[in-house]
Amino acid sequence: MTDDHVYLTLAQGDHEAEARWAYGTGFADPLLGVDTALAPDVDGADLSRYCLMLGDDALVLAQRLIEWCTHAPELEEEVALANLGLDLLGQARMLLTRAGQADGSGRTEDDFAYWRGEHEFHNVRLVEVENGDFAHSIARLLLFATARLALYTEVAERAPDQVLRAVAARGAKELAYHQEYAAGWLLRLGDGTAYSAERMQAGLDAVWPLLDELFTAHEAELRLGLDPAELREPVLTELTALIERATLTVPQLPPLARVGGRAGREGVHTEALGRLLAELQAVAREHPGATW
Amino acid sequence: MVPVQTEAPAEAPELAERFEAVVAAEQRIEPRDWMPEAYRATLVRQIAQHAHSEIIGMQPEGNWLTRAPSLRRKAILLAKAQDEAGHGLYLYAAAETLGVDRADLTERLISGRQKYSSIFNYPTLNYADVGVIGWLVDGAAICNQVPLCRCSYGPYARAMVRICKEESFHQRQGYELLMTLMRGTEAQRRMVQDAVDRWWWPSLMMFGPSDGDSPNTARSMAWRIKRHTNDELRQRFVDMTVPQAEHLGVTLPDPELRWNEERGSWDFGEPDWTELQQVIKGNGPCNTQRISVRKAAHENGAWVREAAAEYARKQKEREHDV
Amino acid sequence: MSDTSWPLYEVFVRPRRGLNHVHVGSLHAPDDRKALLAARDLYTRRNEGVSLWVVPSSAITASTPDERDPFFEPSGDKVYRHPTFYDIPEDVPHI
Repeated sequence: MTDDHVYLTLAQGDHEAEARWAYGTGFADPLLGVDTALAPDVDGADLSRYCLMLGDDALVLAQRLIEWCTHAPELEEEVALANLGLDLLGQARMLLTRAGQADGSGRTEDDFAYWRGEHEFHNVRLVEVENGDFAHSIARLLLFATARLALYTEVAERAPDQVLRAVAARGAKELAYHQEYAAGWLLRLGDGTAYSAERMQAGLDAVWPLLDELFTAHEAELRLGLDPAELREPVLTELTALIERATLTVPQLPPLARVGGRAGREGVHTEALGRLLAELQAVAREHPGATW
Repeated sequence: MVPVQTEAPAEAPELAERFEAVVAAEQRIEPRDWMPEAYRATLVRQIAQHAHSEIIGMQPEGNWLTRAPSLRRKAILLAKAQDEAGHGLYLYAAAETLGVDRADLTERLISGRQKYSSIFNYPTLNYADVGVIGWLVDGAAICNQVPLCRCSYGPYARAMVRICKEESFHQRQGYELLMTLMRGTEAQRRMVQDAVDRWWWPSLMMFGPSDGDSPNTARSMAWRIKRHTNDELRQRFVDMTVPQAEHLGVTLPDPELRWNEERGSWDFGEPDWTELQQVIKGNGPCNTQRISVRKAAHENGAWVREAAAEYARKQKEREHDV
Repeated sequence: MSDTSWPLYEVFVRPRRGLNHVHVGSLHAPDDRKALLAARDLYTRRNEGVSLWVVPSSAITASTPDERDPFFEPSGDKVYRHPTFYDIPEDVPHI
């Protein structure tokens, strides 16, 4: 029917359409043509650790975003939140895969995601705490996306590994959207009703103490020539501007204490991560050796 | 029942004639065309129920999202759940061209005044359910929906073209998951058979009651809202599915299933219509749960939607002040 | 309509360079920018499209489908006429 042609064009677009049945199965592969050999001056163990740090951040936050599915405040937001989750999941898969290549173990993304205990996860505590209400989730996303966008922008330029640079370059484009999404809601909730402003401020206050960990360097990343502490000032400046524009107050709260000097990067987490992983890993662990 | 009103107002009989002529010529009725009130009401009900089904249908699979056993499966399932939200939105948009508001339709869903597909009132109990829903439930939905791409109402037909395309991906991912599981461990194969045993009959019931018990069919067919009877579609689904089941190596739980040389089709048993009636009437395993989740999301989101509306209002005010 | 529901926007997609923007459907959003973001998420999920337009549905003026149609009063000149309530039978088994 001629009156259907537009939709057919959209749905069938091109020959790649067949591959478009799920994210990450038919889109331009950011690693296409990228040499996976390690550069000679890079320590594989350090690179692997760094990929796990970034990959675990993405995986754990993706799992939290997935928990929103069927609970979002509006159907349009269901679609948006799923997009964010899919982006982060895609980043996690590439980073965990790279970790297994870099350390020479050949471990797969699933080996890392499903068969490590909570002490072996290297994500920051910010991404693992429970979702709370929509404002709390938005506050967390804002902090993470702003800091991660700044980080990926650096990593895409300066990381001593071309796979990591390619992942970060692709990830930066995605994170820019995540940041816009979060900043958009920050503004609408902060400058919306009195009630929403209260919730948004409470959300910011709750996650703010977890921000500092994103700027606390782990020795592995320092050895790779990347220091997240350099991002502290520019990210804080950006967050301050966004929060003030939303007519809210930048929290004046100290960073959450570490445990014996250790925190998420060293595998010392909040109680929330163990429960999150118990759920994430349950089916896989019920069937050791199975292929899915 | 909707009073059948095919006559146009007495002052303008040519409106009804034109409507009938457009439908008979296989052209599309568009939103601003005159249409019989019963046609409009039938479409609103059908499109809304279809939209509700997509949105409620996110829940049974969403149940496994956080536990998907590989990251690839997790990404596929999340993309699928997202597609379903998208399909719901396309359909609500089509319904809105008929002069209803999505907020009202949502209200009708959560107050139980409008239905959604009863299939989603069954629980998902193991990961193979995700595959079986893709294969059987989405497969049955495709049988039902492909003819709707030629529905006489333009916005609905156009939405269905896009939805059907995406649904075929869903069905394929479901079948691919099941093939993987059938090649896997003994426990995985048992999961698949268990899931097939539970979903087979509800899938057959998705096509609705037998033609003899389906009073609206004739009128919907005359209006080109419906193209085939329930029994025709059910037979088509069975004929498509039996060879797929054989290829997969699962047993369909119907002792009466056998090839009928004469008809060139598969004979099959009668679904348990009494059980289906119970599920439709609200006593299914998950009816209460599905609605309460949707209701909670809608109510818990009210302050968020309100804040955004208020922000937009303030922004407009500020623009005016400048 | 409840106080918290968002206005309707119409969405237009340019499927690829060289083609016009084409109407693909609608969505609800609180404001223009959110409408654009939601349109990206909803209508270009599979990368269909190189450009998007969103327009408040209330801003569209439409012709009547036929000049000899005197009966289209209720819609005025708006594409969408809502909310109008239609009786929907509630006891019809939906499968």
